[in-house]
Amino acid sequence: MPHDHHDHSHLDDETARVMALEKLLADKGLIDPAALDVILDTYETKVGPRNGAKVVARAWSDPDFAQALKDDATTAIHDMGFAGRQGEHITAVFNTPEQHNLVVCTLCSCYPWSVLGLPPTWYKSTPYRARAVSEPRAVLGEFGVTLPDSTAIRVWDSTAEMRYLVIPMRPEGTEGLGEEELEALVSRDSMIGTALAGAA
Amino acid sequence: MNGPHDIGGRDGFGPINPDPDEPLFHAPWERHAMAMVVAAGGAGKWTIDESRFARENRDPAEYYGLSYYQLWLRGLEQLLQTKGLATAEEIASGQAATAPVATPLAADQVVPALMRGSPYDRDPQGRAPAFAVGDRVRVRNLQPRGHIRMPAYVRNQTGTITAVHGCHVFPDTSAKGDRDTAHWLYNVTFAARDLFGERAGEKDEVSVDLWEPYLE
Repeated sequence: MPHDHHDHSHLDDETARVMALEKLLADKGLIDPAALDVILDTYETKVGPRNGAKVVARAWSDPDFAQALKDDATTAIHDMGFAGRQGEHITAVFNTPEQHNLVVCTLCSCYPWSVLGLPPTWYKSTPYRARAVSEPRAVLGEFGVTLPDSTAIRVWDSTAEMRYLVIPMRPEGTEGLGEEELEALVSRDSMIGTALAGAA
Repeated sequence: MNGPHDIGGRDGFGPINPDPDEPLFHAPWERHAMAMVVAAGGAGKWTIDESRFARENRDPAEYYGLSYYQLWLRGLEQLLQTKGLATAEEIASGQAATAPVATPLAADQVVPALMRGSPYDRDPQGRAPAFAVGDRVRVRNLQPRGHIRMPAYVRNQTGTITAVHGCHVFPDTSAKGDRDTAHWLYNVTFAARDLFGERAGEKDEVSVDLWEPYLE
């Protein structure tokens, strides 16, 4: 992993620091220690990129839903039951042969938790944050994605509380598939814009 | 602030090295750090922009040397002190010298609170947006010492309004604890070459969400 070369030598220090802070926060009335397990269970087992994949598969299958997603993604996605923290306001951006969309947060790590879960380390890393806006083609190359020269790239820098979900293009040859089979073709990275749907 | 976090377009950070088999957390302490920071935020003693400023307002050498969750922890420790909720001595020892200062987010309220989130749109109170989709706007040369969500790479640049998102809580004042002050928020799209010169693709664009006081 990038930029964590210092982690291992600090693991024990960091563990001690976290435990001290956790006790202090509990004694100060700032956390209920039992709440931590519920938060972890939510993001480890319930809220993750399968939510987003359901949104994409439905958009591919249902033109009315795709239109609703274009018009007001916040409502369309909330109506599927995917609401909440870091997904209060969502815009869906649709890839086309003419335009590929790529999402970044150059200032911190804003990411649509409600549909993609917690962000991967690379999304939060300084190389991705620095380079996605200025050299997106080189960035995509590092993910193994090469776009035709005729495809323009639009990079979305998440500077406000609006979160962006990329709707990748439906892979060719999937006309006969149902929503559940389509979901399996939608990777997390394809909804950030660093992969194409259906790619391994 | 012109801080170490504002890195869009900067060079020298190296390759991205995505790990396709990455676990959600890399150490048990990271799990605790994530949950603790989210839970503590749920007590309602600070805004999201106060927590962002607590992370970014530090020596660049320290900022770049910290891993992601280390930065979350240092930011939390900073917030506790600037908000007067805990002292450096209490943080160092883990021993509270005072009675509780807040009511925590209870375990049985976590799921409803996470699912509710914190919507940031506000009633415009009769103010109409100054700009409409298609308008050309210039980003002002704002360089406050405090928090701002305007990346340096768009400063003084001219772009086109591509969406009017609504009236949203203003980060510059939210970073001082104000949850109400709101301004019209726009998506502004720039030609990538205007921002980054010849290195950018000829047809490529960069879209940034910017509040009305950032624009003219």
